[in-house]
Amino acid sequence: MPRNRTTRAQVSGGSATAKRPKAKLPKGLEAADLVDYYTRLIQVRSLDERIWALNRQGKVPIAASSQGHEAAQLGSLLAAEKDGDCFLFPYYRDLALKVAAGLTPVQVMMSFMGKAGDPYSSGRQFPLQGADLPHKIIQISNVVAAGLTQSVGYALGSRMSGGQTVVFVYFGDGATSQGETHEAMNFASIHKLPVIFICENNRYAISTPQTSQMGVEEVASRAASYGMPGFTVDGMDLVSCYESTREAITHARAQGPVLLEMMVERFMSHTTDDDDRRYRPEGEVERARERDPVITMARTLIDEKILTQKQVDEIASEALRATDEASDIAESSSPPDESGLYESVYAP
Amino acid sequence: MAVKSVIEAIREAIREEMDRDSKVFVMGEDVGIRGGVFLATQGLAEEFGDQRIIDAPLAEASIMGIALGAAFQGMRPIPEVQFSDFVWPSINQLIGEAARTCYGTNGAVQVPMVIRMPYGGGIRGGLFHSQNVETHFFHTPGLKVVAPCTPYDAKGLLKSAIRDNNPVVFLEHKKTYRLVRGEVPDEEYTLPIGKADVKRGGSNITLVSYGLTLHYCLEAAEELAGGGVDVEVIDLRTLTPLDTETILESVKKTGKLAIVHEDNITGGVGAEIAALAAGQAFEYLDGPVTRICGPDVPTMPFAQTLEDAYMPTADKIADELRKLAAY
Repeated sequence: MPRNRTTRAQVSGGSATAKRPKAKLPKGLEAADLVDYYTRLIQVRSLDERIWALNRQGKVPIAASSQGHEAAQLGSLLAAEKDGDCFLFPYYRDLALKVAAGLTPVQVMMSFMGKAGDPYSSGRQFPLQGADLPHKIIQISNVVAAGLTQSVGYALGSRMSGGQTVVFVYFGDGATSQGETHEAMNFASIHKLPVIFICENNRYAISTPQTSQMGVEEVASRAASYGMPGFTVDGMDLVSCYESTREAITHARAQGPVLLEMMVERFMSHTTDDDDRRYRPEGEVERARERDPVITMARTLIDEKILTQKQVDEIASEALRATDEASDIAESSSPPDESGLYESVYAP
Repeated sequence: MAVKSVIEAIREAIREEMDRDSKVFVMGEDVGIRGGVFLATQGLAEEFGDQRIIDAPLAEASIMGIALGAAFQGMRPIPEVQFSDFVWPSINQLIGEAARTCYGTNGAVQVPMVIRMPYGGGIRGGLFHSQNVETHFFHTPGLKVVAPCTPYDAKGLLKSAIRDNNPVVFLEHKKTYRLVRGEVPDEEYTLPIGKADVKRGGSNITLVSYGLTLHYCLEAAEELAGGGVDVEVIDLRTLTPLDTETILESVKKTGKLAIVHEDNITGGVGAEIAALAAGQAFEYLDGPVTRICGPDVPTMPFAQTLEDAYMPTADKIADELRKLAAY
């Protein structure tokens, strides 16, 4: 039986073995985009690491890190930005996506510390959960796969309103076990809705490995049962993720839903409350970190002479400065006033 | 004014609102060419097309989740749950997500959605076609819950629910669909959500109910009137927000309170109204607060004898009212 494993090149029916020449960027992408997104990546990573440290200091109650998932999140975001008419339904591990979509470091820290300036829910929800409508993002809950049917409904509403919006919905490999994942894909397929299902597969649902989660090797292979294209992409390579998503957008708008499985690594424990040493084999994370996009992207940018080592260092120190500043501002900011407890239970 | 059935009034309300606002659409099982199993949407697919009267796959979680997502986008979906008994697969999207959306986004995202569901028993529906589900929604902040019992109220309240910017659970007692008929104005009207209606004035006992049993309450009140007991019958019409003002005003006048509902007695709407009276009209009460409600069994059984044993009837209500009047 032929394996369903595919590469980004196959999204539009190209050769599975086509390899992007190092120096040549995919269509629509310029060196400036890479610098821009590398800068966002470094800022996100800096915030992510600080948030974890602040949790250990008792200043951030809970956090889910996106370290190791950033290339998938930022690559797809870059495609969304280039397109200009996409709406995003992320899940709880999409810190990088939510930050890079346009939040300031101060807003991020406000959210993680539960301060009044939290842009997603004003301190009602877990950090960066709720909605960031200026950046076209909704994530209501932590119930895995609940966002999938909602995203399909958003796409349906958009079509009924005469729009052309392509909706991205993100989820982990664990969420693919939920019945609503099937229901969402089924409905999107029936109505040929422009939805891109993006599975960030890190092969762990908290502690449960993929082998205990599904009987197939690749989530993407399930696309066939919905009559939609499905592709497995190297989620550690931002450019690959960008390119696949770009092609998926074109397909989605013209023909209907697409399933993209982005193979990523989870560098940290499930959340700050978890200790992955209890269930991950020794050395696994260390090996995964060799493909850290923070390292590989810097290497590429320097090798391609897009940035110098000095510029790379400057980006890192500027990110650190912004993180320091944001932490200080958020720490000294006010929490939401108690009087707000009863606000917005109902809409006017 | 024409005399119409509850189901006709509901169909009219949907048609008028779909005609008025292109954002309104219906999605549910068999709502299209079949017109719904109770024919609530009969003829609407022909009039508005299959893009606005959408036959959904048999998967309630996706019906609710997709309707919710469409509401995020600015549409005004009316998902139909074919029988309230089938709402459970979708309960996360309704109670877990829709009810919490406005609060959880600090008011940024609204959910203008009406979840219609035929509920209740007395129709030999057994355990999975008779369920009273209202208490679960009544307990959930963020939802509005409407349960009318006449064609006039059903139409006016459904139109208001469709125009509301919150998730409204719209409960239609299936036994009233064709059994209850009444006058419905030809001209446009709406009724406010959150206002009870005094269906019969009285001075001796306050009798509170909603849905099918409201009609049984009116029969019981008529029976007691023959014995000189003057019963005031309040139709809640809306469970959330609860019209506490109308209830308290009546209790303060009569000094005696009885509540009737088909749903299980424990932790039900009646318990909340009893607590309301105990807390805010304590010194006016002149008798034990009485509840005539469904027993604590998992819904009405199928056999006629068992269904009858479950159901609050006019006779059962009248018996309890006589005891309360004599207290």
